[in-house]
Amino acid sequence: MEKIGIPPFWALWKAYIKRRESMTIWDILRERILVLDGAMGTMIQRYALEEADFRGERFKDHPHALKGNNDLLSITRPDVIATIHREYLEAGADIIETNTFSSNSIAQADYGLQSICYEMNVESARLARKVADEFTAKDPTKPRFVAGAMGPTNKVASMSPDVNNPGYRAVTFDELTDAFMEQARGLLDGGVDVLLIETITDTLNAKAALFAIQTLFEERGKETPIMVSGTITDASGRTLSGQTTEAFLVSLSHVPLLSIGLNCALGASALRPYLQILNEQAPFYVSAYPNAGLPNEFGQYDQGPEEMAAQVEEYLKEGLVNILGGCCGTTPEHIRAIAELCKKYKPRMLAEQFA
Amino acid sequence: MRNHYLRLSGLEAVTFTPNSNFVNIGERTNVTGSKRFLELIKADRFDEALEVALDQVRGGAQIIDVNMDEGMIDAEAAMVKFLNLMASEPEIARVPVMIDSSKWNVIEAGLKCLQGKGIVNSISLKGGEEEFIRQAKLVKKYGAAVVVMAFDEEGQADTYERRISICERAYRILVDRVKFPPQDIIFDPNIFPMATGLEEHRNYALDFFRATEWIKKNLPHAKVSGGVSNVSFSFRGNQKVREAMHAAFLYHAIRSGMDMGIVNPTMLEVYDEIDKELLERVEDVLLNRRDDATERLLEFAERVKGSVKKKEADTSWRNGTVEERLTHSLVKGIIDYIDEDAEEARQKYGPLGVIEGPLMDGMNVVGDLFGAGKMFLPQVVKSARVMKKAVAYLTPFLEEEKRKSGNSGKPAARILLATVKGDVHDIGKNIVGVVLACNNYDVVDLGVMVPAEKILDSAIEQKVDIIGLSGLITPSLDEMVHVAKEMQRRKMKLPLLIGGATTSRIHTAVKIDPVYDGPVVHVLDASRSVPVVSEFISTQTREAAQRRFKEEYVKLREDHERRKEDKHYITLSEARQNKVAIDWQKEEIVKPSFLGNKVLLDFPLETLRNYIDWTPFFQTWMLAGRFPGILKDPVVGAEATKLYEDAQRFLDEIITNKSLRANGVVGFYPAVATHTDDVKLFSSNGSREELAVMHFLRQQNKKAKNLPNFCFSDFIAPEDSGKTDYLGLFAVTAGIGLEELVEKYRAAQDDYSEIMVKALADRLAEAFAECLHEKVRKEFWGYARDENLTNDELIAERYRGIRPAPGYPACPDHTEKRTLFDLLDAERQAGIRLTDSFAMYPASSVSGYYFASPHSKYFGLGKIDKDQVEEYALRKGMTVEEVERWLAPNLAYG
Repeated sequence: MEKIGIPPFWALWKAYIKRRESMTIWDILRERILVLDGAMGTMIQRYALEEADFRGERFKDHPHALKGNNDLLSITRPDVIATIHREYLEAGADIIETNTFSSNSIAQADYGLQSICYEMNVESARLARKVADEFTAKDPTKPRFVAGAMGPTNKVASMSPDVNNPGYRAVTFDELTDAFMEQARGLLDGGVDVLLIETITDTLNAKAALFAIQTLFEERGKETPIMVSGTITDASGRTLSGQTTEAFLVSLSHVPLLSIGLNCALGASALRPYLQILNEQAPFYVSAYPNAGLPNEFGQYDQGPEEMAAQVEEYLKEGLVNILGGCCGTTPEHIRAIAELCKKYKPRMLAEQFA
Repeated sequence: MRNHYLRLSGLEAVTFTPNSNFVNIGERTNVTGSKRFLELIKADRFDEALEVALDQVRGGAQIIDVNMDEGMIDAEAAMVKFLNLMASEPEIARVPVMIDSSKWNVIEAGLKCLQGKGIVNSISLKGGEEEFIRQAKLVKKYGAAVVVMAFDEEGQADTYERRISICERAYRILVDRVKFPPQDIIFDPNIFPMATGLEEHRNYALDFFRATEWIKKNLPHAKVSGGVSNVSFSFRGNQKVREAMHAAFLYHAIRSGMDMGIVNPTMLEVYDEIDKELLERVEDVLLNRRDDATERLLEFAERVKGSVKKKEADTSWRNGTVEERLTHSLVKGIIDYIDEDAEEARQKYGPLGVIEGPLMDGMNVVGDLFGAGKMFLPQVVKSARVMKKAVAYLTPFLEEEKRKSGNSGKPAARILLATVKGDVHDIGKNIVGVVLACNNYDVVDLGVMVPAEKILDSAIEQKVDIIGLSGLITPSLDEMVHVAKEMQRRKMKLPLLIGGATTSRIHTAVKIDPVYDGPVVHVLDASRSVPVVSEFISTQTREAAQRRFKEEYVKLREDHERRKEDKHYITLSEARQNKVAIDWQKEEIVKPSFLGNKVLLDFPLETLRNYIDWTPFFQTWMLAGRFPGILKDPVVGAEATKLYEDAQRFLDEIITNKSLRANGVVGFYPAVATHTDDVKLFSSNGSREELAVMHFLRQQNKKAKNLPNFCFSDFIAPEDSGKTDYLGLFAVTAGIGLEELVEKYRAAQDDYSEIMVKALADRLAEAFAECLHEKVRKEFWGYARDENLTNDELIAERYRGIRPAPGYPACPDHTEKRTLFDLLDAERQAGIRLTDSFAMYPASSVSGYYFASPHSKYFGLGKIDKDQVEEYALRKGMTVEEVERWLAPNLAYG
């Protein structure tokens, strides 16, 4: 005799989990605001690491000073980086950024470490992947994502460093493209979910990154979501290279991005008017990860978690963002406060005309 | 729908909606269209070529077309160079760029220079579908819109039918296969010259209008553009006819739906203002209305030849004063007139005067606008360039002046300047460079974004005497710390000057100074750089300067530490537990050579004169600067030197005439500290008779680890140590006779001399205190008999023991002076009285305590809490209210 009964509860639960697990970051962003982690540098500073920490055994005899090359710690002090990732995930971050802000051959040239850029990216991505997966395994209904951080390098492509020679460029588009290609390749091989071109001071650098990434996608026949995040330098409302927020958006909209947003340089309140512009005009999800206020005269950030949360809450009330996190000066405490807030608000809606 | 609007960007964004007006594309930066531009590029005169672009933006062009296709030009290199130059001119860079070339390599090189979203002009099916698709994909990947010429494998479309069929084919390939956004496609259906006399050309314009209409109707979101000046090609040299033809052509093309066109806005008449007769003849040609249209237009053209209408740029600002003009040029970054204006200003101010006067004023305006967000970085960089040009112009005159003044020897010293890694800002640094060079220093300027290694390597290589770092953005602060650390690591000794907008004295003191043993100085602005540099260059002043700055920064650090912690207070008993930890059993206490008081009458002023600290003397006279550097200060040096010479004369006179006298009392008493921060003083006869109690106050702010809550009583052995310690007291004056002297000058209405003698009496009193302290250390108390310090070192307080005064930061209670004066019998013995408010009279007096402990040091009390005030009142036998009145500035509570 055949028995037809109600499936046991656990089977329903498993089905639910399975559905959740199969959701992509695109799906989840429709439902809720995702929380990005906070500053890596600020957290590393707490460890007061010395030259020897940065060098580890492997770079013991490296001819350049390595202190300050935070990205290298993914190789020489992975315990520190993993702990920071964990702290952010514990605080409620949905997305953690790999420790690769400067892991490109242009920035690493300062340390004489161009040759290991690919490895740095792979290692950082693997490290973040491993920690994120631990957390996803604990609670599969809240999958954690890894964003491969791609900083702007330390050179700009559309401005001259020499006042007397305005036509001069310290770096070319092709050099940037090569550097970003290598970095993105490492990040993808290391298993990131998203590529994040961030702290864009010169849009031409970002365009080179997008060019590199598109080439890589063509090569691999597979695409990964791309986030871009620009930096408005000051009250002029412009990037370092002089673009308005709107021009910045227009200049990067040729690629179907997961999100466009702003980070760094300004505190949450100061950033709001520019996010409003993106909110109104961007056909992509909008992200924001401001600094913990403005730096004091020592270059340190004083804004506490509550104060920052109160300021970002204004974004949430207005429905300006889909992804929210912190940049310079933010800590797991800040992210915890932000994560709590995000639960209470609906994400920004993509306007119908963009859909 | 919004996502089907064409959007472009330069530094600013432009959105083209169906309601947008016709878009002007500037055409004069096109070597094929402008002979002048071609010649400028061929002659490598890019600066002037750039002015052409600027002209067009100012004339109203919303997009700038750049074309370098000419046989004699390396088009790719010229394109890159010109686009990069355009990017550095914010007024030009504001608008989007159209990269115009028939060569793909030129287009691609151009695309790599644009941070904004521009337009590629053009691609076509001329080379077949495959190549068309490849190029379109790349345009999309670089992020640009594209002009598609009505051109295919067969050639250029010159009929209505060919135009629409080629455009449709291209559109389908782009939209369906390349997934090119349709709103980013702009068709150029070919504008050909009219009135050529050839029969087959007579429909060219009409066909263009009809094709435009068809495209707009049948190819959704696509735009139409074209090179308008082509139409009047036959009338080259006849401005009036050309302007009319352009206007009339546009009038009809726009009515057909043309969205944008390459037009020289300065070669465009207003349609309604075209001479009616001319308009009729032009339209006859364009619309192919009569067979003799061409002849009739030619005939008209003959008549009007040469009557060219001129349109000029707004030059009304040229009517302002030379100062206004210089500011205008700096703010707008206009380089054209800077030489002539600098010359005019030079005749008025002299070369250095122009730099320090109107040019600096102009740069201040730039700085203010930048700070207010009304100018942004590229503009400011441009202003700096104008500034440099002006300075370059003035330099030969400066040299000449130097030569004439015989000041043309070798540069005094070499200063390295650099904006640190990660920072592009250098205006302040450049000004410093200018000012230093103007003062005969050899300036090595490494530019911007300079890594630490390069700075230090160059410093060593070039044997510089001083390194100056500059930075505008916050991360530069850390970079400066890094440079300082590197200097320390490399065991360098060079003075390090810190300047730039985000830098501050306090940051320098707290973050930079401690990591480098060499001298570190924060230089507030360019005008301060010269005295600081000169102090460090002179071997006579170098060491004193280094010491002074080091100490100043130590004090700043302490102040900062205190302020920072001020918010947190601990209870008095907690503070007492955190007293200065001294193991008294191990302390060696030196017994003074005598106990009780010693009176010093008529102390020799000749001796005191050598102990004078002159810096505060100049401050009294509102002359800012340290002695002796101030005597050579470029601004106040002459005045300071005169003043100093006068002071010496007055001193000579005072000493010769004995018009001032110096008296003092010094006393030593056996002493022990109580548990309640008091110090008990005993009779000097060994009887343990308690003579008096001195009351001290203790810091109550929460301290960082390892920092005690100081109180002066900590420096005296406590009661329960079983040891007997000693406390010294002193009161000195150099103001005996001052009153008479002042009266004399006042009667003669000689303010100068009056202030002079008062200031000198003050200095002599301080000198007396300093001199007496030395005597105490080496002789009277004698705990430092071997001390051997120079006057500078004395002023810098580099000795053991302290001499704090009641009323000063560590012991702010003035009322304690009463006890001190009574013990010393100072009023009777030395002639120093205390007023009701415990001020000393004559004013030129100093009194205080001597602590001999090697642990003793100055500190600031900071704020204290109510528990200490209440207990202190009990100890002193005063009411709480009284104590609160005397200590009002130190109360941590309301």
